[in-house]
Amino acid sequence: MLIQTAPRIRSSEITPRSVYLNRRRFLSGSLGFGAVLASAPLAEAKFSGLKESPFNTTEPETPYKVVTSYNNYYEFGTSKDQPVKYAGTLQTRPWAVQVEGEVSKPQTLDIDAILKLAPLEERIYRHRCVEGWSIVVPWVGYSLSEILRRVEPTSKAKFVAFQSFYNAKQMPLGRYAGIQLPYVEGLRLDEAMNPLTLLCVGLYGDILPNQNGAPVRIVIPWKYGFKSIKSIVKIKLVDKQPPSTWNIENSHEYGFYSNVNPQVDHPRWSQATERRLGDFFKRPTLMFNGYGDQVASMYTGMDLRKYF
Amino acid sequence: MPKPGLIIRRLKPLVFAAGLAPAALLAWKGYQQDLGGNPVEFITHATGDWTIRFLLITLAITPLRYITSLPDLIRLRRMLGLFAFFYGTLHMLTYVWLDQFFSLSSMAHDIVKRPFITAGATGFLAMVPLALTSTAGWIRRLGGRRWQLLHRLIYLSATAGVIHYYWLVKSDIRMPVLYGAILALLLSFRVVRTLRHKPKPRLAATPVPTGRA
Repeated sequence: MLIQTAPRIRSSEITPRSVYLNRRRFLSGSLGFGAVLASAPLAEAKFSGLKESPFNTTEPETPYKVVTSYNNYYEFGTSKDQPVKYAGTLQTRPWAVQVEGEVSKPQTLDIDAILKLAPLEERIYRHRCVEGWSIVVPWVGYSLSEILRRVEPTSKAKFVAFQSFYNAKQMPLGRYAGIQLPYVEGLRLDEAMNPLTLLCVGLYGDILPNQNGAPVRIVIPWKYGFKSIKSIVKIKLVDKQPPSTWNIENSHEYGFYSNVNPQVDHPRWSQATERRLGDFFKRPTLMFNGYGDQVASMYTGMDLRKYF
Repeated sequence: MPKPGLIIRRLKPLVFAAGLAPAALLAWKGYQQDLGGNPVEFITHATGDWTIRFLLITLAITPLRYITSLPDLIRLRRMLGLFAFFYGTLHMLTYVWLDQFFSLSSMAHDIVKRPFITAGATGFLAMVPLALTSTAGWIRRLGGRRWQLLHRLIYLSATAGVIHYYWLVKSDIRMPVLYGAILALLLSFRVVRTLRHKPKPRLAATPVPTGRA
């Protein structure tokens, strides 16, 4: 049998970043570059004292290596193995996120301010891709509502529009993505305010690797993965449903809502089952990716076949 | 300098080894647990890629014979075509086994409902009679002309394969378009050749009808 399931490694068993960075520093130090690396901010980036979240799943976490080497990040290539190779060119500092639109207190938040804005939590979420695979990731972040509350949305604010960073120099493969860039996404305001909606700055207790959407992204665990927009630079509160990249590309296949729904098939894939990466057999996909208790009430009375 | 025919006969084992190389590499990577985060997807894509590539290589033999004046290249064609079938079978088995787990109802549903699966299944099924009748015995039994006619099914197979790939990709269409362009080139060679060698129409075989149609 060719397929072998990868060994399950708990996050605690993975070599901590500080340890391997120290090793790297030691190696390069012997070559005379020590001073340069020692001053790099990354070396002290490991998060400590993360709060545990009541939303955490107890399912086995997908190994760090898989989470960080099997990615859809079209700005860095359309194959899953490309982002880990090419996302190194992304400059994540300095970084700022504009929060604007229908708000009383628009703000431009520097990444360091974002990291300190609210206590960071570890959120172990299921993550289901529209392509029929899924992973379990220990993300780091806090509810997006923490930011939204602070900017005070006005009564006109009904939706939240997100925009990713795009720079053709740092993302030369973006021109072959076949999608319009910069990547944009959107949520209804109540979805954005739902405590499950995560403003994410890390995974596996560490800062986000570039290929996973560094330095800050959104994670919405009850929707297909493409809604969880990476490397955001803008959060805009608006009164009308904002455009979203895959919906612009192919509205027949990708709806604005894109809630995980095993009953509504994608035209090209059945959504009834999924393959958890590392598993041999597929498993049934759960309505709202298993987060119905937290989110189903937002959609009562809505025809989810129509609003897919 | 040995005759071209001899060179090609000697090349045959090499071509055979080269044809097996992608499968061997895949097996090795599997053994090394080096198939990435989603091994089933990796195997599906690799076997699918090589199916289309071998179909195109097989279709390139006829134009190559013409361009290089090496008619003996024909000796390689059956083997290349069978490699296309080999990778196509692996590709199909990956789907039937590792993706669908032999669920007939689920596969039937897929074939009817998902155009890219319909195209893929068409491409594969069109290859089956070609593989079955690839022996010298079958050429004799069918007769050269009929055999040749049957084996034009490869045009359908390759076209269905490219469409299958094109319908599968989400947005980056470069590869399927490249394969489509190569296929168009290979097929248009045949069209041009047929038009050039069109037998002259017999004069006054049937009177041309006049008046209202």
